[in-house]
Amino acid sequence: MARRTYVATTINGMPTEFLCEPRQSVLEVLRDELGLTGAKEGCNNGNCGACAVLLNGQVVNSCCVLGVELEGADVTTIEGIADGENLHPLQQAFLEEAALQCGICTPGFIVSAKALLDSNPHPDEHTVRFWLAGNLCRCTGYDKIVRAVLKAADASGAPVP
Amino acid sequence: MESFEYLAPRTLAEAFAALGNGKRSLMLAGGTDVIVQLRENRRSCDQLIDLKHIPELMAVDIRADGGLDIGAAVPLAELYGNRDIARRWPGLVDAASIIGGRAIQSRASFGGNLCNASPAADSSPSLMAHGAVLTIASAGGTRTVPVDEFFAGPGRSVLQPGEVLLRVSIPPQPARSAVFYHRFIPRNEMDIAVASAGVRLVLDESGDRIASARVALGAVAATPIMVPAAAEAVVGQAPVADTFAKAGEAASAAAQPITDMRGSAAQRKHLVSVLTVRAFEHALQRIREGR
Amino acid sequence: MTTSERSTNYRVIGTRPVRPDGVEKVTGKAQYGADVRLPGLLHGRILRSPHAHARIVAIDTSEAEKVPGVFAVVTHRDFPAARDVVQELGESSVNAMELSDNILASKKALYRGHAVAAVAATSPHIAEEALSKIRVEYQVLPTVLDVRDAMREDAPLLNETRFTKELGGARSEKPSNIASHIRFQGGNADDAIAGADVVIEREYRTKMVHQGYIEPHNATASWNADGTVTIWTSTQGAFSVRGQVAEILRHPISSIRVIPMEIGGGFGGKLPIYLDPVAALLSKKSGRPVKVLMSRTDVFEGSGPTSGTWIKIKLGVKDGKIAGVKAELAYEAGAYPGSPVGAGSMTMLAPYAIDNFQVDGYDVCLNKPKVAAYRAPGSPAAAFALEQALDEAARAIGADPLQFRLDNSAREGVRMVTGAPLAKVGHEECVQAILDSPHYKSPIEGPYRGRGVASGYWFNGGMQSSVTAAVNPDGTVNLIEGSTDIGGSRASLSMQLAETLGIRYEDVHATVVDTDSVGHNDVTGGSRTTFASGLAVYEAGMDIRRQMRERAAREWNVPADQVEYEDGRITWSDGAGNSRETSFAEQARTAPQKGGPIVGKASLSARGVGGAYGTHLVDVEVDPDTGKVTILRYTAAQDVGTAIHPSYVEGQIQGAVAQGVGWALNEEYYFDDNGRMLNASFLDYRMPTTLDLPMIDTILVEVPNPGHPYGVRGVGEVPIVPPLAAVANAIADATGKRFTELPISPRRLVEELHGLA
Repeated sequence: MARRTYVATTINGMPTEFLCEPRQSVLEVLRDELGLTGAKEGCNNGNCGACAVLLNGQVVNSCCVLGVELEGADVTTIEGIADGENLHPLQQAFLEEAALQCGICTPGFIVSAKALLDSNPHPDEHTVRFWLAGNLCRCTGYDKIVRAVLKAADASGAPVP
Repeated sequence: MESFEYLAPRTLAEAFAALGNGKRSLMLAGGTDVIVQLRENRRSCDQLIDLKHIPELMAVDIRADGGLDIGAAVPLAELYGNRDIARRWPGLVDAASIIGGRAIQSRASFGGNLCNASPAADSSPSLMAHGAVLTIASAGGTRTVPVDEFFAGPGRSVLQPGEVLLRVSIPPQPARSAVFYHRFIPRNEMDIAVASAGVRLVLDESGDRIASARVALGAVAATPIMVPAAAEAVVGQAPVADTFAKAGEAASAAAQPITDMRGSAAQRKHLVSVLTVRAFEHALQRIREGR
Repeated sequence: MTTSERSTNYRVIGTRPVRPDGVEKVTGKAQYGADVRLPGLLHGRILRSPHAHARIVAIDTSEAEKVPGVFAVVTHRDFPAARDVVQELGESSVNAMELSDNILASKKALYRGHAVAAVAATSPHIAEEALSKIRVEYQVLPTVLDVRDAMREDAPLLNETRFTKELGGARSEKPSNIASHIRFQGGNADDAIAGADVVIEREYRTKMVHQGYIEPHNATASWNADGTVTIWTSTQGAFSVRGQVAEILRHPISSIRVIPMEIGGGFGGKLPIYLDPVAALLSKKSGRPVKVLMSRTDVFEGSGPTSGTWIKIKLGVKDGKIAGVKAELAYEAGAYPGSPVGAGSMTMLAPYAIDNFQVDGYDVCLNKPKVAAYRAPGSPAAAFALEQALDEAARAIGADPLQFRLDNSAREGVRMVTGAPLAKVGHEECVQAILDSPHYKSPIEGPYRGRGVASGYWFNGGMQSSVTAAVNPDGTVNLIEGSTDIGGSRASLSMQLAETLGIRYEDVHATVVDTDSVGHNDVTGGSRTTFASGLAVYEAGMDIRRQMRERAAREWNVPADQVEYEDGRITWSDGAGNSRETSFAEQARTAPQKGGPIVGKASLSARGVGGAYGTHLVDVEVDPDTGKVTILRYTAAQDVGTAIHPSYVEGQIQGAVAQGVGWALNEEYYFDDNGRMLNASFLDYRMPTTLDLPMIDTILVEVPNPGHPYGVRGVGEVPIVPPLAAVANAIADATGKRFTELPISPRRLVEELHGLA
């Protein structure tokens, strides 16, 4: 077994240090080493998006990034999306639009949609669907998820171009 | 997943030193293929060498001569997120924006996609249509290889032990030209190409005749293939449906596909003709729209 | 989204509040099975057979046990001998010997992915390394992968001692892969078809498909020092898990405590158990808690998809009416008996009034995973066949496909193939709703565009539920229940309790508790929870109302039967000007001084279940050059009884439509000749993505179920029944070609349209 490596990173705004084996993914590190179980394992090969996190502002599948790659990085997980007790507009919209059933895909969808709205505050329906194509949901048929993202975009207060 | 060491060299020299230390090495760029392959025991190594801290591999340079140099580990999303690149090289965006989902594109790179050497890789036909050239570096120096000569078989390239793919260079594209790449997949995203076609169409000064063309196909042979016969079929002809149909026939004739869970040989042979024709039509549209 | 007018004015029912578990789920804090963290936790992994059919000659685990970090290895030898008894799982049942053998194979591996051994180690990676050091000696046997092949007399036998259970309890002369043959018969189908104007005779095939829940199976177990066992798991039924584990491990039921974690989808696939007894035994051997997880490939290869099917239909129409139907259905059971062919046979004709029928069903074992329930199990494939035959028949006589369905519709009093008469049902209302929809009234134009319709039926389930509702002094209520909440049932149950008590939805706090903390609850399956647990909630609410009325009556010194309870107000009046009034809130506040805690309870076996129908309408466009099908527009009408929470009802319909569209167009288990699934990943098992579907319109038709105080019918399963046929009918309309085999993939379409096959 390779020696565990020391990694210093920032997670949800908090400076965070951990030890991990090189073969441990970010998903494993978050869940097994740091107790952040919001990111979910659905496929472990980059095809469902349930493990999505933001890495330096970019949405990534945390199952396809190694923990050792986080040295010096800035990570946001689903646990860091809300501002304290104030839910993010996406989280509020998912609740109001009934955009979740079992909820296992929800963290990935919200993280991924946040990355979209951060870069494009007023996407149209097709843009939302294209951006979220890497996030699988088996409960909702996507209808209410897409509506929730569009609603959150409208609610975000960002200027319409 | 078997255990391995992780190295993150800061310079090419450090990388070459690591490559020469006698251990079995694999390169890590975006990791979206290699990490999964290691996890599924489809590849193994003693050490994984992360190339993303080497400046040359992360550089993007729009050259003064109209060419484009792309560091081998530059993430796809960074490429198509660059407005100049998206505007001037839409044929690259065609491929870069459909490899995996958006979360994959934050990490995956053209270099990684090429070195993975899947016959169905989306980047290959697009880059081949562009006439891209690869720069390969080793401790002994660098060499260049046209991208169409890079593949040696499924999962195999001409990359030798000790070598690193440094960058992908897009030469200046001819006037009145456009590249278009597309693929056929059963879903509308998140699939491996059943078949794919990348073409470059170049019109003559009159705009009424085809001056030259390049046609590249994916997922219909052991490697991505160039189809010179499809290009020859259109040169000197008017850019119209009948002409493109001839290219489609030539593409279909050159295809030597297999049947697997993603599609049948007959389906693929049929599809590359359809895709080649449509790629030419879209490329023509791009020229006409001045894109 | 439209909702028809309802006659009853409810205060809470029919509103759309936020679910109680919502905030935890959108913030990533909700705890699913894989999220369990315990001191000293070990990680378990399962070794699976690489062969689809092989005798297990020997298993040598000695090298695996030597790997540093490995604490325990188990094989089937560690299980006690199982009993030959059948356990009900809600929508399916299981024989304990076969269940035990499926969890860890004993003598034979019967499908690729069949579990043969398990390891617990300090990390998942070490557990995987140890698996690679287990030596299993296999004697590879011939495989049988096609349902028709498996029925042949010369087919390789999965079980040499299995005989067919024939009609009337007879047994076949020779061993067979056909586990059972059933028949439903009425009138004289042969004569009716012989005298028909139009006869349609076709064979149909569907492929094995998976429920596709995003959360893989998981189980964490702790074998405690006192011999009790605690299990944390994602399941559709904690009590069912407890019962199955007790049977497999021959352990007292009361010594097993199952803690249901949040569940990441099930659709029927999380009714059986796969990992729980293994985790328990690994914990017993290691002395530490053990968490066992499936990978996605494990889920595809080693859990319970639904049957591939072969169905033959002969249908006669005379004077615009369905004169008679003969049907044969052969369903893949997988490695052990238990396909849903019975349900398929019983639901196939249910939307229609048909006097002359003969339906034969065959339950067939072959070298594929043992199937599990999948949303209206058995019914979608049956509807795929029948609804296409009806479509052809309607075309042949020049009838509008919806009007044809309306003219032949089942209604109250019509007998099903089982002989049971239907109660008040809403199929005609669904067909009419589609006829009246803006979608149906809009034109469908353009080349290679087509429109399809289909109907479907599901029985829905009743079964057992127990709840407790404890009233707090501040007027809030804790609703303690034991039904797994997959799609919002904590909300739909809280709403029913709030309605019953006349209090606010926000004042009910629902919790799904473990098996030590509430009376027995059957699985969340059969679309039963909002109905049957809802019935229990209603009864518990009425219990609270009774207690409050009795307290008020005592205080006012009046007869309790003269005290009324309405909308949270408790009143008495003698009609002569004397009246008294108190309220739920007042009774709650003063309970500690006036008799102590008020707790409503109900335990019941629900009767009055209401079967339900849906009719779907879909427009498609086919790219004739590539075979790609685009869903242009989709409208689903369904008799939902009463929509307690309309958003969640719509969500059930929309999700089922998405699964049905995937089943119709792209999803399939793709096996090689040796029984290896070649597409065991979310990359190549192509479930629909966001880009593959339009918005899905729903029409909630409310024909209240007379068997429930609020008219509830199950809603979750019906909507997966029509889509397969609706899409196939639309493709036939678009292309002029009839596709009788699923999936109608681009490959199949393009090969057919261009003569490539």
